[in-house]
Amino acid sequence: MRALLWFVGRKLAGVLMTVAVASLAIFAALYVAPGDPASLLAGGHQPSPDALARIRAQYHLDDPFAAQYWHWLSGVLSGNPGESMVLGEPVTALIGARVLNTALLVGYASVLILGIGVTGGIVSALGRRSLDVAITGTTTVLIAAPAFVAAIVLIWVFAIELAWFPVYGSGTGFADRIHHLTLPAVALSLSYLAYVTRVTRSEVRAAAEADHVAAAAARGLRRRTVLRRHVLRNAAPPVLAVSGVTVAGLFAGTAVAEQAFGVPGLGSLLVQSAARQDLAVVQVLALLLVAAFVLVNMLVDVVNAVLDPRLLRSGESA
Amino acid sequence: MTTLTPTRRAWLDPVHRVATVGWASASAGAVCCVVVLVAVFAPWLAPHDPNAVDPLNALAPFSAEHPLGTDDLGRDLLSRLIAGTRAGLAGPLLVVLASGVAGTALAVSAAWFGGWLDAVVSRVLDILFAFPGLVLAITVVAVFGTGFLAPVVALSIAFVPLVARVMRAAALRERSLPYVEALRVQGFSGRHICLRHLVPNLAPLLFVQAAIGFGYAMLDLASISFLGLGLQPPAADWGLMIANGQPSILAGAPQQSICAAVAVVVTVVSFTVVAERLATRFGGGR
Repeated sequence: MRALLWFVGRKLAGVLMTVAVASLAIFAALYVAPGDPASLLAGGHQPSPDALARIRAQYHLDDPFAAQYWHWLSGVLSGNPGESMVLGEPVTALIGARVLNTALLVGYASVLILGIGVTGGIVSALGRRSLDVAITGTTTVLIAAPAFVAAIVLIWVFAIELAWFPVYGSGTGFADRIHHLTLPAVALSLSYLAYVTRVTRSEVRAAAEADHVAAAAARGLRRRTVLRRHVLRNAAPPVLAVSGVTVAGLFAGTAVAEQAFGVPGLGSLLVQSAARQDLAVVQVLALLLVAAFVLVNMLVDVVNAVLDPRLLRSGESA
Repeated sequence: MTTLTPTRRAWLDPVHRVATVGWASASAGAVCCVVVLVAVFAPWLAPHDPNAVDPLNALAPFSAEHPLGTDDLGRDLLSRLIAGTRAGLAGPLLVVLASGVAGTALAVSAAWFGGWLDAVVSRVLDILFAFPGLVLAITVVAVFGTGFLAPVVALSIAFVPLVARVMRAAALRERSLPYVEALRVQGFSGRHICLRHLVPNLAPLLFVQAAIGFGYAMLDLASISFLGLGLQPPAADWGLMIANGQPSILAGAPQQSICAAVAVVVTVVSFTVVAERLATRFGGGR
């Protein structure tokens, strides 16, 4: 238990340090950019002198760099990361209106990846040969389907030709939202899902071929017990590690899925803000996405360490 | 057996090689060659001007005049696909070159000098790893504006840790080999040993890394143009074509998006298959 707490603490310190450095890099991006930071924060267009003065005051742009950074960071941490000059709205309002869609989308896609991917992999590894061939063949094709390609094919087939799902938007109410988010979630998860299926299949295969599994079966344990206690338990850590990394990757992937299906979420907000050069919004969103990515990765490491305590002792885990 | 006899016909040699390579790798290799040739000779191969607008002929289906049909402005899709190969290949090539050079330089100096330099480089790489490539690219575009170069620069940065991590491990292994010590005893400088011996010995691994990275870079760059953050219209670019064709899908004319999507997927898969093949041939890989 102490080893576990120590492990969590070390990981948490790593996360904090990474996020801190990321925030510094993201804020410093303003100064790498050509031109006046104030007009950049205003969206790169022709801002009025009045607006420029407001930005200078809001970001303390006349202070030294360290003070500016501190003002920005403490603003972000205290929930007041400033205002989008292009849209004339506080960044928190922009994020608040969209965060639910993105959370639902990532959750939906994760359920698809873990539910279908892991089940498919187990069935493929332990089931009939014909099933294995079918699953392996399908995943080979799907692995090569990036989100934007999956999105247009899904729109074409399921939204236009079959008209089962809406083409754009996010819907209202829970059931309607899920209905609207189905195609984006499938588009987002398809290649990851195929990848997780393949990894699960090979890990379960490898675990089932171990000598101790044959020994357990020879001792007369029921097949179900052997599978649960000896095969799946041993196959779980690598599968979990891979699925965790893919789920963490979903946060960045939302940009493509939301943009393709016109879902108002954090990813599409990031893309649209970047196209408008609305740096005030981009900075906060980039930091949020990096933090989410790092946090999910940490959670996966911790769950893995619980499943496989040997990891607690090793200095570095993958 | 007969292939070893002196009477074997030289022109059959490629055929024999293909037979030993397997049809999947062989066709992937063929696709790669075709795509590269198309990119080189694009202006002469395109049947029409890729930017010639013909509104009366918009969203035309397949025909002899337009083998892949036309887009919403009546532009010939085959010509636009052909024109798009240039940006499609140049982007990933620049990414793997830049990240390969920077990653190797970092990795070799970290492995050679060790100590605090190695510690700092490793920490920085770990932190860079935490940036999803797409988020990094979008942030860089927000700062420098859309276009061809900003996404390429951003992706190169995102790929550096991937290259450097593998190269550092390999450089550490290489450094501990006896020949390095032998050269040092003979009085060669560290720079000489690194540049003349260490880096050339790492070159095959770097080549494999670059080959594998090429496909991923191509996918990421296509994603970025799909999001409208790369090349801007009216440029002929595959990712951009997929996005531009989206409204036409609703009008029942999916050809623009579908053709460009097929082009991206087939090219990426072919380059990746060839890269994996190279990886098993040269070892290393993943």
